[in-house]
Amino acid sequence: MNSPSPKGKAKETGPDLSVALAGLRLKNPVMPASGTFGYGEEYSSYMDLGRLGAIVTKGLSLRPKAGNRTPRIAETHGGMLNAIGLQNVGLESFCQDKMPFLRQISTPVIVNFFGNSLEEYAEAARQIDHIDGVAAVELNISCPNVKEGGIVFGTDPTAAAAVVGQVRAVLNKPLIVKLTPNVTDITLIARAVEDAGADAICCINTLTGMAVDIRSRRPQLANGTGGLSGPVLKPVALRMVYQVAQAVNLPVIGVGGIMTAEDALEFLIAGASAVQVGTANFVDPAAMIAVIDGLDRFCRQERVPALAGLIGTLCC
Amino acid sequence: MTNFKTTILANQEVAPDYYRMKILAPEFDRRVRPGQFIMLRALEFGEPLLRRPFGVFQTGSLPADCDGLPDKEFLEILYKVVGRGTTLLRGLHEGDRVEVLGPLGRGFETVAKSGQQILVGGGIGLVPLYMLAGELVRQFPVRMLIGGRSRKDILMVTEFERLGLETYVSTDDGTLGNAGPVTRVLERELDRFPDAAVYACGPMPMLEAVNGICAARRVALQVSLEAFMACGVGACLGCVVEGAGHSEEDPRYLCTCKEGPVFRAEELDWERLARRVSEGGADHE
Repeated sequence: MNSPSPKGKAKETGPDLSVALAGLRLKNPVMPASGTFGYGEEYSSYMDLGRLGAIVTKGLSLRPKAGNRTPRIAETHGGMLNAIGLQNVGLESFCQDKMPFLRQISTPVIVNFFGNSLEEYAEAARQIDHIDGVAAVELNISCPNVKEGGIVFGTDPTAAAAVVGQVRAVLNKPLIVKLTPNVTDITLIARAVEDAGADAICCINTLTGMAVDIRSRRPQLANGTGGLSGPVLKPVALRMVYQVAQAVNLPVIGVGGIMTAEDALEFLIAGASAVQVGTANFVDPAAMIAVIDGLDRFCRQERVPALAGLIGTLCC
Repeated sequence: MTNFKTTILANQEVAPDYYRMKILAPEFDRRVRPGQFIMLRALEFGEPLLRRPFGVFQTGSLPADCDGLPDKEFLEILYKVVGRGTTLLRGLHEGDRVEVLGPLGRGFETVAKSGQQILVGGGIGLVPLYMLAGELVRQFPVRMLIGGRSRKDILMVTEFERLGLETYVSTDDGTLGNAGPVTRVLERELDRFPDAAVYACGPMPMLEAVNGICAARRVALQVSLEAFMACGVGACLGCVVEGAGHSEEDPRYLCTCKEGPVFRAEELDWERLARRVSEGGADHE
């Protein structure tokens, strides 16, 4: 996975930011975390979407999903809680209304999806496999905010392997599996997912949390609990990405609290082949462009000819 | 809509806990519609993490003076200190840096053909009505009904009067203007002008009452809603409200940030909105 030396003479054309991921070549390692970037179009007036390494859609299901009651979000120190509940337009409407726009963007489109049962996961995968213009799929077995939506599958190695196996059997496109941090040992799940045929692992989804309104003595979210994201999550995410990268032979996408290029570099050095930016998109709609520019600047300053050479170079 | 870093020109207390902030915003004036909002955050601190939504009160420009610099175009917001974000905002001064995203959302539709235009603002909810009033008063007779809990919650009366509107103030405790809810004045005015168009912004119980009155009389109503939100652009789905005809099987969620914040009353599911309020969650700024 590592090139012999990350340092060397930078080419006149500028550093090479591209990375390989599950059979895809990405122009840079930066992509949005599912659920923080809508279906891409929402952000098109704030950036050139073609500059992103990839676009990851909001999590989709076979049928449209209403999502949870409000309040759905609350800010906490250094982060935020959300319990959106996987509200989405459904695969059919996605194909009709969202894909035509996404096909025009010159960057790979990764479709994130979830289901209620093994059968639903498989059927959704079968349908997505036929969507023209989708480069890869991201299997969500880690949403903490709905009874379905995967966490049942994502917290047990056997169940995780079962769902990945079902999806693998019907899917030709590259398969990324997104893991939850709400487990005792994430490497057990990662290994099970690898054995079942995943092409890459994305970690981590949000950490389950809570906030209380002290006057009404009710939880601040209608759902009671929610998923914690934002900079407060980064050390935990980084540790888990490092552990998973050590445990499996698959490329890992690092996600959790990345706000800047420096944050992204920490993940790459710890073993991530690519990174997802989530909450930062809410704070600043152009956050990912700043991360990409920052990676380029870092490579120039440190004379790193190819960013991929930094992947997994943590000295310990 | 644009995403820009800029400078505060003024941040003044206008009443206890109410502040008026002027922000340098070149070319903003040409793009903003009455009822639209911005997302704002101070650059100096690491918190709050998320920008906060604020209705645009007005735009304008400070003329070039002896400094020889060009006119300074600005936008202005008014806010009440209610939580962590606004407490930090209160501490900012002229020259401090902020990030702004906007103008965002759908503003008021000013397509009325004729007749009385009645604006109802409760507390800080009168903010988005100021630009609307300025636009409407050029063509129509406009009545501004301002309500609040107490005298200290009544803001900007002089500013509204200066636009040339008839302005009526009411307070729940009778410390200023009529004693009683602002909706009582609305009913009285609608008795006189049954064909009026109504525009309202304020706390949810007030909006519900206004909607009840307008629906019973078949009066056209537009309301501007408040919601806590993360992104402001329709991606996070944190600020949704149930639209008319919503059900679990056929969800019709509307993003307050994108499909709103201004809605025609008939677009919303008022029963569910009321339930949402009684369940709490209204303490957000």
